[in-house]
Amino acid sequence: MFIPCYIDQFYPGIGEAMVRILDRLGVPVVFPAEQTCCGQPAFNSGYWEESRPVIRQFCKVFAPYRWIISPSGSCTAMCRVFFPHVDSSEEVLAVSRRVFEFSEFLVDMLGVTDTGATFPHKVTMHIGCHGRRELGVFDHPLKLLQSVRGLTYCELPNMEECCGFGGTFSVKMPGTSLAMGQSKKENIVRSGAEIVVSGDISCLMHIGGMLKRDPATRHIRIMHLAEILDSGIQPGVRS
Amino acid sequence: MLDSSGHLNGAPFLKDENQGLYEPSPQFKNLAKVCEYSSKSNTAVAAAIPYFQEWREAAHQIKKYSLANLDKLLVQFESNMKARGVEVLFAQDAAEANRLVLEIARQHNVKSVVKAKSMVTEEMELNHVLEEAGIRAIETDLGEYIVQLAKQRPIHLVTPAMHFSADEVGQLFHEKLGEPYSAEHAALTAIARKRLRAEYLAADMGVSGCNFAVADSGTVVVVENEGNAGLSTSTPPVHVVLVGIEKIIPKIDYLPLFLNLLGRSGTGQKLTTYTHLIHGPAPGKKLYVIFLDNGRTKVLQDPHAWESLFCIRCGACLNACPVYRRVGGWSYGWVYPGPIGSVLTPHLVGLEKAGKLPFASSLCGACGEVCPVKIDLPHQLVHLRHRAVNEPSPMNSAFERLQWKLWAWAMCGPRRYGLAMWAVRIGVRMAKFLPWHPDKLGAWTRGRELPKVPTHSFRSWWQERSSQKGKS
Repeated sequence: MFIPCYIDQFYPGIGEAMVRILDRLGVPVVFPAEQTCCGQPAFNSGYWEESRPVIRQFCKVFAPYRWIISPSGSCTAMCRVFFPHVDSSEEVLAVSRRVFEFSEFLVDMLGVTDTGATFPHKVTMHIGCHGRRELGVFDHPLKLLQSVRGLTYCELPNMEECCGFGGTFSVKMPGTSLAMGQSKKENIVRSGAEIVVSGDISCLMHIGGMLKRDPATRHIRIMHLAEILDSGIQPGVRS
Repeated sequence: MLDSSGHLNGAPFLKDENQGLYEPSPQFKNLAKVCEYSSKSNTAVAAAIPYFQEWREAAHQIKKYSLANLDKLLVQFESNMKARGVEVLFAQDAAEANRLVLEIARQHNVKSVVKAKSMVTEEMELNHVLEEAGIRAIETDLGEYIVQLAKQRPIHLVTPAMHFSADEVGQLFHEKLGEPYSAEHAALTAIARKRLRAEYLAADMGVSGCNFAVADSGTVVVVENEGNAGLSTSTPPVHVVLVGIEKIIPKIDYLPLFLNLLGRSGTGQKLTTYTHLIHGPAPGKKLYVIFLDNGRTKVLQDPHAWESLFCIRCGACLNACPVYRRVGGWSYGWVYPGPIGSVLTPHLVGLEKAGKLPFASSLCGACGEVCPVKIDLPHQLVHLRHRAVNEPSPMNSAFERLQWKLWAWAMCGPRRYGLAMWAVRIGVRMAKFLPWHPDKLGAWTRGRELPKVPTHSFRSWWQERSSQKGKS
């Protein structure tokens, strides 16, 4: 299990939910404590030389494991799609191709679309661009969400447009980033949902930050897909 | 951006972080909606073709072949054209191309020129050059005509005046042409038509671009919707075609594929209203074709970048780009805006001037998804970012490199990572007590709240869980 730094530090609940879900599915999961970062921030900023040792560190730590699962489309795309740009050595490639995004792993590898969750709320979904376009993870989270009991799915208008986060883009071009976030916010309000869910909490950190800043949208909460899939499970019930 | 004469000076994109050009401008408030609409209609016509993806792949491969065999194909095109009395010329850069055009104009004693839409002539600043030589140049594409009257630059590759409302065009025509004000589309088009008809008849020379230069048949292909390109190329006694060397395709048999893709991706049409196939001059008239390099062979040498020369200038990536939708075309500082501009401009004008452009993207990948010739634009952008921080460019900063070096050091050991994360947690906790936020943090909190810092990290939770499991 690869837990990206911002989930480790700011949203530990996502990792905990993921562990519980995988436990219930009988998947033996390990969190190698030596893991740090996938190297994406430096890579996206152009500093490939600086990201290379971080990528090597990642590959060294995860080399012994069969599947590497991460609750982030963006970090997974970095590992699977962009690692080879920086370092195409056999050690890196061997690890790179085994990294999977959480919902992708559940649906494609385990064949699971129902985690037995109950979540009686109105929910809309944002799909991170890296997951959608670099990995092709689009149907997976939708399928998982649709099997959650009591959940009302509200479609997000214009959902394929980027939310404006884009990692360092959000602080390098804050004006444009916020203008993009503003449109996303308006569409979330239009969807009528009480909660925005995504497989990428990094997008949600930006969207949620904007929702919280505005008194009119403060009530709309953000949640990671894993947290919803782990909600309302009857103790002792295995899905 | 635009200086007083309406010309772009260099590529000052991202110049000033707070009042800079990349800030969304209220002037472009409708741009996002128009782009969204165009994108949706493009997608809808593409979706009606079950093998659209195969078309894209085929076009990609044909372009790859064309550029790999550019030397032979250009010669083939030239000899086919020459056999029919066309003069084919080659220009190394914009200055040389301008010189050639002026020479031709002098030779034929040209006083006025009608121009069909062409981005290459924008690269050359041809209108400006002609004007200085005392030659009147009139843009005949309605959008270009409006932009020229307003002394502006095209905001988009395909729809140059998309930021104008009918009302604004009406006012412009009233002010500049003395026509009675109207905001009716039909009335405005009628004014432009009446004015332009007279220009075609009076012009001594027509200038056009070229969408495809077909090698095996020796054909200049020009597509358009308004009829103005047909009139500009056929009415005056002299026609000069300006074309980038990358526009060559090997066979006329491949043309339908490209026409299908260009119409659908450009304007959501199955086919443009007019497609002109020009093989030679009409009896008694002259035809010149000028090929322009202007940095293109340099791009061809870079195996990571040459794909950007596949571009057929449809503008689909602009419409799809969430950044373009908000900042508009001028922000990109040069002729080509949007994602393709962020990729092409640094190659053609140099990273020293345009090194910031590749960073004008959230890397969302929408551009790569819609490109009809499958240019991998998002990956081209990350490749250029890598070059921009390593080569002379405004993004090459020793200070930022030091920061990333420090970051890399911290991320290479779990203990150092722990220490760095501890500092981040303290920083984020303290931030709300600070009256003012420096630099990047300030950029974040300008419109967003920071996340709440939880009492424990995932790591500590996992450790506790493991030790409890060990006990039980």
